[in-house]
Amino acid sequence: MTQSNSFILDGATIPYTNEQTIIQAAMAAGVYIPHLCYNPEFKPHGSCKLCTVKIKGRQVASCTEKPQAGMVVESNTKELNDERRNLLQMLFVEGNHFCPSCEKSGDCQLQATAYELDMMSPHFDHFYPDRPVDASHPDYLLDFNRCILCSICVSASRDVDGKNVFALAGRGINSHLVVNSKSGDLADTGFSANDKAAQVCPVGVILKKRVGFAIPIGERSFDEKPISATPHPTVKGA
Amino acid sequence: MNTPVKKLRVATTSLAGCFGCHMSFLDIDERLLALVELIEFDRSPLTDIKTCGPCDIGIIEGGLCNAENVHVLREFRANCTTLIALGACAINGGLPAQRNHLALTTILEEVYHAQHGLVDGFIPNDPELPLPLNQVHPIHEVVKIDYFIPGCPPSADAIWKVLTDLLAGREPELGHGLIHYD
Repeated sequence: MTQSNSFILDGATIPYTNEQTIIQAAMAAGVYIPHLCYNPEFKPHGSCKLCTVKIKGRQVASCTEKPQAGMVVESNTKELNDERRNLLQMLFVEGNHFCPSCEKSGDCQLQATAYELDMMSPHFDHFYPDRPVDASHPDYLLDFNRCILCSICVSASRDVDGKNVFALAGRGINSHLVVNSKSGDLADTGFSANDKAAQVCPVGVILKKRVGFAIPIGERSFDEKPISATPHPTVKGA
Repeated sequence: MNTPVKKLRVATTSLAGCFGCHMSFLDIDERLLALVELIEFDRSPLTDIKTCGPCDIGIIEGGLCNAENVHVLREFRANCTTLIALGACAINGGLPAQRNHLALTTILEEVYHAQHGLVDGFIPNDPELPLPLNQVHPIHEVVKIDYFIPGCPPSADAIWKVLTDLLAGREPELGHGLIHYD
């Protein structure tokens, strides 16, 4: 049975149903909470921590936390946005994120979220990791340099496509995306252009070949409107 | 009689950059006329002055790919009250940093020895030449940077916005449409 109720998010009353998490109720009400590893089509992963909100002085991931009646939730505050910006800066220096040469630029949720949170510089020292690309597949390219370990492709391939093409391996700073084939190459999996996993990457890792830069600057997803005004960003050209 | 307003002194340079950010700066077009009423240039490719004197604002395009880049950056930091990183290369190394996953020796070998068509090439070693760094680095990893204008290049409007904010004593703010990493 669904019971309607409401909580307070940054002073606004947000209705919710028992099935919804805080971020789901906020999105349904048109209120943006920054997030990267959360995709409304999949079970929350709760790993990127961008969607962290504050409830009674405690920080929780709003993609996994359920609201309660009358609960007071802080999200769009200087303190939380400063911490979110720090998380983004760490993601930027940990990988190789060179937007001018990335096909996903303008359609990238990492980039758009960084714009939203006024990230003017990466602040930290760059790691410049060495991560070779996988161009083995005839139709798709994997550029691991841009992976933020959101694991949405892992869920999509496992839960929707039933193929288990992707996985996260290693721990801590050594965590990385791997391809589940003996050779480790995408070409040696059952991955295909029709897969859900081919369409969900929020950054520029899983790229369709031969369509790069097809959409001109000015017409890409986040050129016209910021990500906060595009609550369910769908990727153009995916 | 009107007392002439003291102009702010501005220095600019391009380190490991392509001068694209300077071109974008010139793209502020007729607003340059308003700007030169408020500022005067010290060291800059526009004046061809070779060393940086005491300045109010220093604008740095490009990252650090060799020892001279580091020297010039430190000269700017020592002389400029406010230092601005202009463009992607100054901020994250940009295109030149694409060499960072390769060993410097491999790159020099490839460029001067091994590449198809080269015969008996040698790696230039004139002491006048600045030594390349092992990796290309953004400038905030070496000196404190006060403001950043991202973009490849940043648009003329973004550069104009930051400069006019600073000249008016406001905290620079770009916002949607002006903040771009590409």
